[in-house]
Amino acid sequence: MPTATYDGTAVEVNDEGFFTDPDRWTEAMAAQIAKEQGIDTLTDRHWKVIAFMRAEYAAKGTGPTVRALGKTSGVTVKELYQLFPKGPAKTAAKIAGIPKPHGCI
Amino acid sequence: MTKRIVVLGAGTGGTLIANRLRRAYDRTEAEIVVVDRDDDHVYQPGLLFVPFGLADANEIVRSRREYLHAGIAFHEAAIDRVDTAANEVRLGDGTALGYDVLVIATGARLARDETAGLDGPAWGATVSTFYTLPDALDLRHALRRFDGGRLVVNVVDMPVKCPVAPLEFCFLADWYFRRRGIRDRVELTYVTPLDAAFTKPVAARTLAGLLADKGVGLVTEFNTGSVEADPAGPGKLVSYDDREVPFDLAVVVPAHSGAAYVARSPGLGDELGFVPVDPHTLQAKTAPNVFAIGDAAGVPTSKAGSVTHFEGEALAGNIERFLDGRPLDASFDGHTNCFIETGFGKALLIDFNYETEPLTGHFPAEVGLPLLKESRLNHLGKLMFQWFYWHVLLPGHDVPGLGSDMPVRGKKGD
Repeated sequence: MPTATYDGTAVEVNDEGFFTDPDRWTEAMAAQIAKEQGIDTLTDRHWKVIAFMRAEYAAKGTGPTVRALGKTSGVTVKELYQLFPKGPAKTAAKIAGIPKPHGCI
Repeated sequence: MTKRIVVLGAGTGGTLIANRLRRAYDRTEAEIVVVDRDDDHVYQPGLLFVPFGLADANEIVRSRREYLHAGIAFHEAAIDRVDTAANEVRLGDGTALGYDVLVIATGARLARDETAGLDGPAWGATVSTFYTLPDALDLRHALRRFDGGRLVVNVVDMPVKCPVAPLEFCFLADWYFRRRGIRDRVELTYVTPLDAAFTKPVAARTLAGLLADKGVGLVTEFNTGSVEADPAGPGKLVSYDDREVPFDLAVVVPAHSGAAYVARSPGLGDELGFVPVDPHTLQAKTAPNVFAIGDAAGVPTSKAGSVTHFEGEALAGNIERFLDGRPLDASFDGHTNCFIETGFGKALLIDFNYETEPLTGHFPAEVGLPLLKESRLNHLGKLMFQWFYWHVLLPGHDVPGLGSDMPVRGKKGD
């Protein structure tokens, strides 16, 4: 399993860079992960989504899809794409230190 | 005392579970009431063939009532809401229907209103779908008029019913335009929100190869934000990240939601209106005497008739166990089995479950239908399935030699 170092701590990630253990994540790591994803500054709106992703993961065992985020997070899908242009569900999951959301089939 | 089992929906899941339960209980033990808003049972796998003139409305629609065994009450009404605290369903005609056990089998509906532009005047003309019968018939006319240009097939968001059907539409469109002798004038493109042609890696490689062989373009990770269309001219799909795919005719699979009453029933559904259940017992998270089957259930596998059939065996047993006060059996493994029509009288077959992705080999054992490989046998299997649907699957019979667990004999590992 590959590791990445955030805030001076080595953490296990999968081969796409998603945390395998969300408990290893700290708020201090988020800004650095965000920079790797091309997001220079995390605003309050970003943090609202990050907190929501972690709460959903804790409750359901998987992160929400973009559509579910748009319906329940209080942030519209359009704004989600403005905040996380490379794909809100995946990018926010990565910054929030949770595993990649399961795509439905 | 006689128990009352209420089944909401008389499609694939509602019909087969009502029939299984009717066989399990005599009439003094259980009263079985099935509710649906109309009496039209559509054989949904047939919808794919309608736009190409390969199936007609009268072949794929039958009476719901006719496929329910004697001794099952059929109540034709809309559903207003479910009150799980009171064990009661409120119907649109004012009836309050109490239950000991409730089965949610009302499937999925198309949420066109969630995508800007899908409800506009171009719908049915230059933008259509094959996921309902009226739309599939409109699309047949649009295809007949189409004599060249850009045809795009777009899946708006997952989950959708039968996730291979939009790919099958591409394969059949290639066949259709070749037969008409105008394939060289038609640009076909498949536009998907997924990062590949399909979610499961081995099948995605095979299916992407088939798209390439048939000259169908593939656009991935496209999350459709709006459809800008003109009823008489070209239009374009626009993604949330501002990419554009222009078209002359768009075949769109809208986002899916659960039935509208699920959202009106406090605690019953998730944010999309599907019913959260234990993926192995199918018992709802909201109440122990509520279960869900088929597309209505929020389980991490395909929304497909084969899944519903395999769920039926596990669910019937679990309802009996629940009524007896015995522990439930966590036996459903997510088994899914799909014939994928590839055109020119051929099809391929995939078979998988929660844990195992579609693999190559043969089904259900070493001597059987080829998996993940085009063949005429699989096409014949697909055609035979309609007979099987009405005569074996809806009555809720087990298939000899084929249990609900995914078979592993005959499969080749990675």
